[in-house]
This record gives sequence, C-alpha cells and structure tokens, in this order.
Amino acid sequence: MQKHTFTITMFAGMAVLAVLAQLGVINQYLQSVIMLMGVNIILCSSLNLVNGYMGEFSCGHGGFMCVGAYASSLVTVLCFSKNHILGAPLLPDSLALLAFPLALAAGAAVAAVAGLVVAVPSFKTRGDYLAIITLAANYIVISAIDNLEIIGGPRGFMGMNATVNAMNDLVQIPWMLLWVLGGTLFSVWILRRFVSSTLGKGVPAIAQDEIAAEIMSVDTNRMKLIAFMLSSGLAGLAGGLFAHILGYVNPHSFDIMKSTEVMVMVYLGGMGSLSGATLSAVLFTVLLEVLRPLEIWKWVVIPLLLILLMQFRPEGIMGNKELSDLFPKLKKYYSFK
Amino acid sequence: MEFFQHVLNALQFGSFYALIALGYTLVYGVLRLINFAHGDIFMVGAYIAYFVAIMLLGADGVAAGAGLSPGLTLAITVPVTMILTSLVGVTLERTMYRPLRRKGADRLYVVITALMAGLILENGNLALLGASRKSFPELLQKVVWTFGGVSVTNLKVIVIVAAVVVFGLLQFIVTRTKIGMAMRGISYDKFAIPLMGIPLDTIIVFTFILGSSMAGLAGILFAMSYPILEPYMGALIGWKAFIAAVVGGIGDIRGAIVGGFLLGFIEIGVVAVFPSTLRDLFAFSVLLGILWLKPTGLFGVAKTTKI
Repeated sequence: MQKHTFTITMFAGMAVLAVLAQLGVINQYLQSVIMLMGVNIILCSSLNLVNGYMGEFSCGHGGFMCVGAYASSLVTVLCFSKNHILGAPLLPDSLALLAFPLALAAGAAVAAVAGLVVAVPSFKTRGDYLAIITLAANYIVISAIDNLEIIGGPRGFMGMNATVNAMNDLVQIPWMLLWVLGGTLFSVWILRRFVSSTLGKGVPAIAQDEIAAEIMSVDTNRMKLIAFMLSSGLAGLAGGLFAHILGYVNPHSFDIMKSTEVMVMVYLGGMGSLSGATLSAVLFTVLLEVLRPLEIWKWVVIPLLLILLMQFRPEGIMGNKELSDLFPKLKKYYSFK
Repeated sequence: MEFFQHVLNALQFGSFYALIALGYTLVYGVLRLINFAHGDIFMVGAYIAYFVAIMLLGADGVAAGAGLSPGLTLAITVPVTMILTSLVGVTLERTMYRPLRRKGADRLYVVITALMAGLILENGNLALLGASRKSFPELLQKVVWTFGGVSVTNLKVIVIVAAVVVFGLLQFIVTRTKIGMAMRGISYDKFAIPLMGIPLDTIIVFTFILGSSMAGLAGILFAMSYPILEPYMGALIGWKAFIAAVVGGIGDIRGAIVGGFLLGFIEIGVVAVFPSTLRDLFAFSVLLGILWLKPTGLFGVAKTTKI
C-alpha cells in the first residue's frame, strides 16, 4: 500500500482540483494558470529529454509546439465547428469527447513527424550546427504557417472553442483542466519510463560520449531519432492542449521567444532531471504571474535571475538529480520506475 | 536592368548580414562561444548612433544639441558609436562571460547567459525608452547615380564598400598580425596559450572590441538606410546573421562574408520572384539544405574527435 502512496496522492490531487474547479472554488484565472502550468511542464520535460539527457542544444521547441497546435486544432475545427473555408462540421457534437483525445494524438503525431526535420540532420551534425538547424526549423514552421491563408496565416486560427463547448454540453465539468492534467501526467510518465528503460539508457550515453556509446553497441542514430521524435511529439501534445485552452492560435506566439522561454525553464530546473523540470515549470509559471504587475520589466528581471543562477548555481535547481536522489526516503512511497 | 538592381539590393542586404556575422564568427572563432547577445549589440549600436547624432545635430527637440552640420555629425558619430558599442560588448564580457570562464563553467552556461543578456538589452531598452519608434536623422545628402536604368544611391555604395573593407581589415588582422595569431592560438588550445606568455584576457577583450565595433558600424549604416529604430530590430537580423555565419562555417572570416552575401542574395532573389512573405521560408529552407549537405558549413572544417 505504501508503495502506491505517491500514485494515489497524485490522482487524488487531480480529482480534488477538478472538484474545486467544478464547485467554483478556484476561479477561471487560477484555473488557466494551472492549465498553463501543465502545458509548461509538458514542454519543459520534453525539451529536457533532448537538451538535458541527450546533451544537445535544441532551440526550436516552439516550432514543434506550433505544428501540434495547428494540426490538432485543424482536426477539431474540421470535425466540430462551422468554418467558412473548411465547411460544416463533419461529426455530431456527441462524439466530441471521443474525438478530442484523438485530435490531440493526431497533433502529437504530426509534430513527431516534423521532428524528423531535426532528427535526420542530427545523425551527422552535432552541437552548434545542430542548434542552428533547430532554430531554422522553428523559423520555417512559423513562416510556412504565416503563408497558409487557408488556416488564417498571420491573423491566426480560431474555432476550437466549439469542441470544448460540445464536451461541456455532454457533461458540465471542467474538461480542459482534466485533459491538461491527464496530458501532463501522461507526458511525465512516458518520459520517466523511457529514460529509465534499458533502451533509454542510450540517451545519456550519447550525451557523455557519442563514439564511445556507439562502440558500446548503442545504435546512436536510432536513439536520436526516438529522442527527437518523442520530444517534438510531446511538444505537439502541449501545443494541442494550449490551442484548446485559449481557443485561438497565432503562429507568432510560438516563435523564438517561446522556444527561449522553454529553454529557460529547462536550465532553471536542471538538465537531466524530470522532477527538476516539473518544479521549474511550476515555478516559472508562478513567477510570470507574480511579476505581471512589472509589465515589460518582467522580461528584464527574469533573464537577470537566470544570469545570476548561471553564475552561482549553473547546474540549475536540481542539477541532474531527481527528488528521490536528494530525499532517498521518498523512494518508499512510489513503485514505478 | 532590373536584374542588376536586384543584385545591388542583395549586395546591400548581404553587407548588413556580413557585418553582423563577422562579430559572431570572431567571438566564436576565439572562444567557441555563440554570443547570442550580438544581434542586440547591433541594436544598441543603432540607438547609440541615434542619440549621438541628435545630440550633435540638436534635432528632435534636444536643447543641449551642439548644432553641428550633418556631415561633421556623421564624421563624429561613426567613431563615437563604434567605441561606445564596443564598450557595451566588453561590459558583457567582463561582467558575465569572464566570471563563468574563470569558474571553468561548461560552454553551455555561457551560451545561456549570452541569450539572457540579449533579452535584457532588448527589453531593458523597451522599458527605458518606451515602445515608440525613433526616426534616425538624415546625415547624408542622398545622391542617386543612374547607369543605364540602374540607380545607385551613395549610401548603398558606402554600405557595400564598408563590408568589403571591414572584411579585408579583419582578414588582415587575423591572418597577418601577431594579435591575430594569438586569437587563432586561443581557439586551438585555450590552456597552452597562457603558458606561451600570451595574455588570454586581453586577447579576448580585443576580440570583443573588434566584433562589437563592427556591430556598431552595421548599426549606424542600417539606421541610415532604414531610419526607423525599434528595440526588437536586432533580434531577427541577428538570428539571421548568425545562421549566415554558420552556413559559411562559423569561426572563419571568409565564411561570414560568404554566408552573409549568400543570405542577402537568396532573400532578394525570392522577393523578386515570389510574394515577399515567402522570403524567410525560402531563405531558411535553403540554408537548412546547405547545412544538411555540408554539416560544418561552406568553409568549416570537420574536427576529428578522439575518445
């Protein structure tokens, strides 16, 4: 029983959150902050796989998020809302609950395929040159969507609210909050399973020494392919959730600033630590909200904090340790790998 | 004739990219550090030029203006801006990069610091000076020469000549002088160089002075060509110049020039044929293709890694 404490607490916490939101104890603003937190956790932990565990320097995570956001929004808008270009809804509203996770999965899958743009060059390229490829990939995605008039181009794309409303019509509970919590849990769980599996041990091996890893029979190309696709796929999932929280997407909200933001979170939390990534995503979201009254000075204070962090604790909050490494007694309370 | 007009425009745009890319490549060549703040140093350079120019001209309602003539103002603005901009670069080096280097921190942490320094420059500027755009005073009487349908302004010629001269100068410094030899030495082995009696920090500061003053020069020329200044002007052009430097083979001066002009030609070429919104898409796709085929850039040399 003790071994399941952590899992039970987590699900209970989620249920409590949902009930509180349902009863209106937490207001809309707080709910949206929690949902943003979830999205940031997914982004941060997925980028941590590439930048932290694999030791690459990917600075185009926003691009994959953008691909996922547009792909899943396109599916839901096509299915459930009336759009003057894409036509009448294809599916009845009653199927919304079933179709929404599929739409999210579709977004993630398309983003994972987009991850190939970075994964394939990474076979030959490393370090700074790979960083440029990710950067260019981000620009290409934004620029391509800017030029697609059918999905709104630079004006953005909307109509996702219809799906959320359709779900609310079926059962009136805070659906988006539940989806975000579920998605967050799924992402952290799958990343945790991956990096602690025998296969996933190859990822830190690449970070330490690629050639040595290859000699030790790690199929480095395959590892890179998996890591990049998993990372960008989860970013796509985060994008899909983000798009449906806001009900509106604009290509320029996924530009290099977004990628920088995610990078900040990764290095704040510590490279190669999932609990660090989660912690820093939560902290960073709270920090952004707390510093909101500072307006534009916010973006002076946050970089300054990170510079100070780099000077005095460059490994981030957690370094490459997990929470359970720092507090070994925690290990009693969970059983998952 | 339209073709030659496009070529001229491409040369002008390429010159801006090349001037900024040179700063990236110099610092990278010596320190193996991507100085992500460089694009914003270019922006700061343009702003410094603006303030120096209006101070000297007495334009824009500045009471303390010296009321000099535009020509004299330009002659003073260029060196003053280059010196002040290089001070900004050196300040970044002294306060942020050097302490990290002393601690022997991983290269990555320095890169993050650089990225954050860029954000501070951008947003600090926005917070201090507000979002209103500044319009740069006209310092140079515009002269248009026309050769058989191709019109050239004197500014365009100055920009292109400046890029070529700077390239020649830097190539000379790096390959022919003692300090250049020291710079190449540091990039080869950072630990052996101090043992040879070469002051490491002095050489690095010199590198930052060179790179930042070129960014300052690019800032003035850019502000004169496109006289609207805004805090984010350095971000996009900086990233693009950086990509140009990498495509040329980062760390190589010839690479920066070739990459910069290549980017200029691609962008103008795309705009000449397709709608201008497709410019970034094509430019970045071509550059991605080049990196795909030649992973270390056009002039870059692949290093063999030992276990």
